[in-house]
Amino acid sequence: MNLQTPVTPVASEIYDMHTMMLIICLVIFIAVFGVMFWSVFHHRKSKGAVAAHFHENTTVEIVWTIVPVLILLGMAYPATKTIIAMKDTSNADLTIKATGYQWKWGYDYIKGEGEGIRLISNLSTPQDQIQGKADKDEHYLLEVDQPLVVPVGKKIRILTTANDVIHAWWVPAFGVKQDAIPGYIRDTWFRADKEGVYRGNCAELCGKDHGFMPIEVHVVSAAKYTAWVNERQAAAATSAANDTKTWALPDLVAKGKDVFNANCAACHQPDGKGLPPAFPPLDGAAIVLAPPADQITTVLNGREGTPMAAWGKVLSDADLAAVITYTRNAWSNKTGEAIQPAQIAAARH
Amino acid sequence: MSAVTPDQVHDDHHHHGPTGLMRWITTTNHKDIGTMYLIFSFIMFLSGGVMALTIRAELFKPGLQIVQPEFFNQLTTMHGLVMVFGAIMPAFVGFANWMLPLMIGASDMAFARMNNWSFWLLPVAAVLLIGSFFVPGGATAAGWTLYAPLSVQMGMGMDMAIFAIHIMGISSIMGAINIIVTILNMRAPGMKMMKMPLFCWTWLITAYLLIAVMPVLAGAVTMILTDRHFGTSFFNAAGGGDPVLYQHVFWFFGHPEVYIMILPAFGIVSQIIPTFARKPLFGYASMVYATASIAILSFVVWAHHMFTTGMPAQTQLFFMYATMLIAVPTGVKVFNWVATMWRGSLTFETPMLFAVGFLFVFTIGGFTGLICAIAPIDIQLQDTYYVVAHFHYVLVAGSLFALFAGAYYWLPKWTGHMYSEKLGKLHFWCSIVFFNVTFFPMHFLGLAGMPRRIPDYSLQFADFNALASIGAFGFGLSQLIFLAAVIKCARGGEKAAAKPWEGAEGLEWTVPSPAPHHTFETPPVVE
Repeated sequence: MNLQTPVTPVASEIYDMHTMMLIICLVIFIAVFGVMFWSVFHHRKSKGAVAAHFHENTTVEIVWTIVPVLILLGMAYPATKTIIAMKDTSNADLTIKATGYQWKWGYDYIKGEGEGIRLISNLSTPQDQIQGKADKDEHYLLEVDQPLVVPVGKKIRILTTANDVIHAWWVPAFGVKQDAIPGYIRDTWFRADKEGVYRGNCAELCGKDHGFMPIEVHVVSAAKYTAWVNERQAAAATSAANDTKTWALPDLVAKGKDVFNANCAACHQPDGKGLPPAFPPLDGAAIVLAPPADQITTVLNGREGTPMAAWGKVLSDADLAAVITYTRNAWSNKTGEAIQPAQIAAARH
Repeated sequence: MSAVTPDQVHDDHHHHGPTGLMRWITTTNHKDIGTMYLIFSFIMFLSGGVMALTIRAELFKPGLQIVQPEFFNQLTTMHGLVMVFGAIMPAFVGFANWMLPLMIGASDMAFARMNNWSFWLLPVAAVLLIGSFFVPGGATAAGWTLYAPLSVQMGMGMDMAIFAIHIMGISSIMGAINIIVTILNMRAPGMKMMKMPLFCWTWLITAYLLIAVMPVLAGAVTMILTDRHFGTSFFNAAGGGDPVLYQHVFWFFGHPEVYIMILPAFGIVSQIIPTFARKPLFGYASMVYATASIAILSFVVWAHHMFTTGMPAQTQLFFMYATMLIAVPTGVKVFNWVATMWRGSLTFETPMLFAVGFLFVFTIGGFTGLICAIAPIDIQLQDTYYVVAHFHYVLVAGSLFALFAGAYYWLPKWTGHMYSEKLGKLHFWCSIVFFNVTFFPMHFLGLAGMPRRIPDYSLQFADFNALASIGAFGFGLSQLIFLAAVIKCARGGEKAAAKPWEGAEGLEWTVPSPAPHHTFETPPVVE
């Protein structure tokens, strides 16, 4: 196994640099330990070796200080060029913001074709596979429900930030790994030369489900990309309509269950029992059974000092209304209340 | 020139101090304290090892089988904290306590009472640290680096870890002050600085590193504590703080810390290789200068742990060049050790096996370190199993193998008996084989893209993980051979001479084996 097959110029440079370093290190390694093992085999007391008495030699000591310095200079030169190339995020064709959440990625298309598209990317591997109750698929733990889609051959600038703790956006085949830091915007870029599906992970320990927040990028042709953009924009219009209409209780509960399983079940568990004390239960919880104002505020703004995230920035009004309604009607919580998107919109202000 | 007269040995029998348990609790004798440090660190080594084996058992195949993700994160975090602060560092302090006074011809450490205190703080810290597994919410799961803001989210286990780190830090600083004062003031007449055994030099430099950086760590974790409980926002962006600030402060401690854990190992190896090569250490002076250069450079390379945080290109370049530079003095040390062996008259008792094993395997860790120093490559490798492989090559094959080498080397002096060469060699060969089976495959896992600190992984990593887990169990069980060898040696066996190794030099070999309770009450004179 070696570094993944590079699909960007920067990743290729890294690949070649690593190969070069490995060869240089191997040569030095063989030379130094050749000498050592020669001693081990030939200068043994049992073979009658008599110890020499030398214990210093200024010339060789200077030589083996200077020579490594020269080798290092040879290594530093290509590395410097690559660093400068990696840092040049100017003149991008497309700018996308990647936001790390515990534990999913949110993408906002900020500039270029597809501007305004928003998607949330959750792990799509079923729990049954993780718990060993079903056979594992080929892309086990490296698959998401909504992948990032970008056009081939274009310079894509990725802005990273985070909502709660530090995450890192990493796609090995692109040679890109950039921390996503709450309160800060960092950037990086890639230009994929080949269409295909490329997979990565969050690379910074970010809590319980750090191992379960993959990144899936689909690099597609310009035409396919345009088609995808049109499709997404139509979907966004439907979602906007959802936010303004009044829903029936069964519809809210049905939609809420999907939202819950995608976003909340990792901590609060599908049965609503949670993983106390870090992740409290919702089944029978006071906050869920009391009048809805507190629960809406908590879900919108999160809870400081705990892993409870501010979902107001992630989910639409309809999704929030649905998931809150679901929690108030699932398990033993039979309140019979329907929370409408309008209530969420009101609470946002 | 023996410093211990029969009078003194006789005197020992009439030593009226506390007996039984109180003797150990109240002791101010550097040998007793050294022994307690070594036993403590071995217990912690086994505890940290059990955590590591639980981790490897979970990672044996894809899917969640044994532990849940939250507990997995607690295990990785505590494995790191326990091994660094509980096992490796106290073990080196144990060696310092036992051997420094013997090597420089001093009767004890400079501050004997403080020495007792700096040891007894450690069990308190260990109880806090291990005890945090049993509080609501469990132990801290933020990684041994305790990065904010994740560490701000943790439960009370985090506060216990912070408190434990404070106590261990105080213990380390007290120990370091003691070592510096002992070395600078209590050397035997005629022992000039440039005549000191290299182990003394490396510990002297390490002690300065400790004093410089332990307060920095204490500051960093205190800032987390106030962010958690007292409404400050050092690391909370919403309150005007900077999450990356924590990383800068932490690694300003953390990078010198890795040299704190390796420089004394360099010292031990520099004592052992000349002994079994029957030839003086090659380039003594350049060894001292190399150690000092490494220590100084260690302060200007911390941000190489942070190449992915998005620092400007110029900053990345500075930290990359500075980091690469460390390869030069480290290379000098390796070349000097090899030159010491060259044209020697070598024998391979267990200490020498471990020392040569150290040299060979540590150098692999050095090369992967150089590869990680190259910022563009590091950006691919950061937070992957490549890094896990790299730092276990330097910390296990580096620090730990040197500790084993030193333990076998000085066991005859400590116990008065020769250890079983058969068990020692078995321990070495099992350790080195299983060590490589465990950690070598991790290089490939990291290159192929397996992140570290994950409880589950995708299918293409399955085979190498299974291999690493098998190696880990082998490596863990091999350490029981060491326990057996030490117990057997302490209980009896062939009597050791004052100088059991033909090629050994130094004052510690002028006193009888076992070293009597009091040595060098009259300082020896070094010619």
